[in-house]
Amino acid sequence: MSRQLSNSSVQNRSKRRKKMKRAFSAAALLPLIALAGCDMVVLDPSGDVAAQQADLILYSTVLMLIVIIPVMALTVFFAWKYRESNKDATYEPDWDHSTSLEIIIWSVPLAIIICLAGLTYVATHRLDPFEPLRRVSDGQEIDPNVDPMVIQVSAMDWKWLFIYPEEGIATVNEVVAIVDRPIKFEITSTTVMNSFFVPALAGQIYAMSGMQTELNAVINEPGIYNGFSANYSGEGFSQMRFKFHGKDQADFDAWVEQVRAQGSELDRETLASLNQPSISHPVTYYNSVETGLWDKIVNLCIEDDSLCLNDMMMVDALGGGGLEGLWNREMFRGICSADDPGALMAMIRPEMRIHEDEIITAMTLVPPAPAN
Amino acid sequence: MSLSHEAADGIAHVSGVDPFWGKLSWGVFPFYEPIVLVTFIVVVLGGLAVVGALTYYRLWGYLWKEWFTSIDHKKIGIMYMVLGLIMLLRGFADALLMRGHQAIAASGGEGYLNAHHYDQIFTAHGVIMIFFVAMPFVTGFMNYVMPLQIGARDVAFPFLNNLSLWLTISGAVLIMLSLFVGEFSTAGWLAYAPFSGLEYSPSVGMDYYLWSLNIAGIGTTLSGINLVVTIIKMRAPGMTLMKMPVFVWTTLCTNILIVVTFPVLAATLALLTADRYLGTHFFTNDLGGNPMMYVNLIWIWGHPEVYILILPIFGIFSEIVPTFTGKRLFGYTSMVYATCVIMVLSYIVWLHHFFTMGAGANVNAFFGITTMIISIPTGAKIFNWLFTMYKGRIRFETPMLWVMGFMLTFVIGGMTGVLLAVPPADYVLHNSLFLIAHFHNVIIGGVVFGIFAGIIYWWPKAFGFKLEPFWGNVSFWCWLIGFYLAFMPLYVLGLMGVTRRISQFETTFYSVYFVIALVGALFVAAGIAAFLVQIYVSIRNRDALRDVTGDPWNGRTLEWSTSSPPPYYNFAFTPRVHELDAFTQMKREGFVRPTEGFVPIHMPRYTATGVVMAGFMTVMGFALIWHIWWLAAVSFAATLVYGIGHTFNYDRDYYVPADEVKDIEDQRTQLLAGAAE
Repeated sequence: MSRQLSNSSVQNRSKRRKKMKRAFSAAALLPLIALAGCDMVVLDPSGDVAAQQADLILYSTVLMLIVIIPVMALTVFFAWKYRESNKDATYEPDWDHSTSLEIIIWSVPLAIIICLAGLTYVATHRLDPFEPLRRVSDGQEIDPNVDPMVIQVSAMDWKWLFIYPEEGIATVNEVVAIVDRPIKFEITSTTVMNSFFVPALAGQIYAMSGMQTELNAVINEPGIYNGFSANYSGEGFSQMRFKFHGKDQADFDAWVEQVRAQGSELDRETLASLNQPSISHPVTYYNSVETGLWDKIVNLCIEDDSLCLNDMMMVDALGGGGLEGLWNREMFRGICSADDPGALMAMIRPEMRIHEDEIITAMTLVPPAPAN
Repeated sequence: MSLSHEAADGIAHVSGVDPFWGKLSWGVFPFYEPIVLVTFIVVVLGGLAVVGALTYYRLWGYLWKEWFTSIDHKKIGIMYMVLGLIMLLRGFADALLMRGHQAIAASGGEGYLNAHHYDQIFTAHGVIMIFFVAMPFVTGFMNYVMPLQIGARDVAFPFLNNLSLWLTISGAVLIMLSLFVGEFSTAGWLAYAPFSGLEYSPSVGMDYYLWSLNIAGIGTTLSGINLVVTIIKMRAPGMTLMKMPVFVWTTLCTNILIVVTFPVLAATLALLTADRYLGTHFFTNDLGGNPMMYVNLIWIWGHPEVYILILPIFGIFSEIVPTFTGKRLFGYTSMVYATCVIMVLSYIVWLHHFFTMGAGANVNAFFGITTMIISIPTGAKIFNWLFTMYKGRIRFETPMLWVMGFMLTFVIGGMTGVLLAVPPADYVLHNSLFLIAHFHNVIIGGVVFGIFAGIIYWWPKAFGFKLEPFWGNVSFWCWLIGFYLAFMPLYVLGLMGVTRRISQFETTFYSVYFVIALVGALFVAAGIAAFLVQIYVSIRNRDALRDVTGDPWNGRTLEWSTSSPPPYYNFAFTPRVHELDAFTQMKREGFVRPTEGFVPIHMPRYTATGVVMAGFMTVMGFALIWHIWWLAAVSFAATLVYGIGHTFNYDRDYYVPADEVKDIEDQRTQLLAGAAE
């Protein structure tokens, strides 16, 4: 479903025509698809990335039908022609080889796969979700003066947290983006694997704890679209949904003001209680976000007494791994290099401390947490 | 939902482990779930009826002596098939429950399954259908047919074969037990970490999953080794590799895949087991664990696994098509090479199961393209069957109908599979119902259709009478229609952005599609029922359907040259092979069955060791699941001691006297003479 719930006059004609074209070629493929018509959000999305992915589905399908349709037709034809009761048909029980046929059998699929492989290689690179967008939509170039809007996304049991570093606000189970402005999602999870998916916007990418994935996308039409976790994550998985809103700049600004007015602060403590499992969590607004919180989410140290993953790795890399690492972890719970890079020195092996300066220098090379 | 929380609490409360009973307590029986309670009552009554009937007809001794302890590859093959059929009923019951629930939930109702129960059901459905339906059926075919096709008397390691069967049954028993004692895993059929770790899945469900698959996996690995050695060492004289029937080739490639990949599964599950039992952190979020490593490892096994299922089925089709077209298989050589190419390529495509986990464009493109390349040899196979039909005389008996259904259905699944292999397309289709439709399209349209084709094709060989065609055709049409009704709507739903494993819906927008899918599932249910009716009717009318020639279809390979059912020694004289389609050649050149000059035949003796060891292993698995450590230790020691004890049993083979062979062969001579009159 996730079709547009609110239409807008901004929609331009060429987009509409393109959509109709896509719907028509879809209809030509399978009667069932025709039945579903324009409700197939995957083939009829509102974001440019998803639109290119939909085109790719159609091109690949058409390419494959070049061999699939003749095979199906020949199967039916041979079955009918060479049925036992048809005594007129030739019968050659020992005919089992034909070099020219074999060449065709292998080379036709090969040719198609070569085309498809080329298409795949190019499309996979062009649509790599980690790469910045190359265009806003068909015919609209990226404005080099506009930075992508960063939205940090974390999957939790069983809800979605969205942090806007630029605006310094955060929301739960509702995300709003500006039409035609590129978005860069930074995605992680505080729990098991989930997958961040807004079908109308762009393909999905997994949300995994201790790791940060990225998704670059853009929404081209105002509207309200469905988003959800596409990877099963447990009891509240079915309800792990949110609405993705495409708004123009003015509406977006108004929404930000609304969040600021209605929300409260998102600090480490609030986050820790938010992180407790809950099902069908209501939409919640936060008007400010504690500094360094995203780093703590990615590094799994929301709880006050945990040791951040990146610090743990640094300690291990500096020789505190193995059983010693276990011990260090218990000893230095709650210390966080995002707050105080020097604190890490307390954790590492004494003989490494003579390199203190170099290590601190090396650590400050890591980009500081975004000021949010 | 409150129910499931009570359930979780009930199990959490017993986490204080009793030294004698482990985690077992009265609270672990999930009879507060009405569905489970009813199922339990039905199973108990059914079980009592079966036990009562077996006792009344005094069949226990017969079953024990002739079947359970048998090391005859034919009987083991049949027992694998029986296991597959029983588990098909269980796995399909799960499917019906899900279809029914989703149809209601998508139409605005609550549905009858809470999330916790629903999650267990889709997990059980996947695990059972792959490990305890498809695998036993496929292994059953390989066990029954392959030794006959290569002119062997049994497999290379007959006792090991029996042990493999019983270890597989042991895994199935543990899974069935989870229905009534405790609960089953909710982690999905591949149990992705970190969900399957102790932190997110503390209940015994995951432990049932792990021990069941660990134990059954040992059986599968041993069976793989056994069948590879059989093919390499025990072919009839004259049968060079390129004169082996295609089914033997696909069996060989399949078992090589098994031998190489099942240890990966064993290792992966062992690491996860260590995480859950020993406090290690291989796949946890915390302490340097790497959940993505689990996903990589499980798919390094998991992708070859789907070829383990489909390759033997390709072999079955390659036997059926030439037989029913009365024609040599087109392009035997390219068929063999296609099989080998698929075998090799299946190792280098696993990442296509998780393009969306953030791999770079080059990695994704590599795995996408290798996946597409597999479609070339697969396509060549389809063409080979197609051109086998060309200039043939096609008899549309039931097995051939299944082949036609397969050829038309499988290409659609192949096409959607290649589509999913295009990474940017996969980004929008991954984890959706489109994906579910795709793999059911290839597994039902490929594997299941092939299983039914194979059962009907080789049934007369195994039992000496054909299956009754009317109910077989009813079953075929129900399955075919049911499949399309059940899964075409899922393709559409996937394109509408509906994801898998959902038990509640926001809107009633999808209602009509889920209802159509439910109707499809009911058609499939009718197809299964018709199949059971077919077996019943055929057994009742077995005298009318009797085939004494041993060659009811005008077969082309060696298994049709012996009697139906074959004598326990398979062939009185080891056949000599001169060309492919050995039996066709024998028939063409006027082969006369020898009726004298028999010599003693060397055969293995039956043994109960397999049953006993697998029994101990089942107890051990149960004890480990419930943390009854003393029992686990005792049963493990008992397994070892009994196994070692078995190695001192030197009375494990004997010679069938030439007179006995002569008696058996004379009976057949009379039957053949009777039939000729």
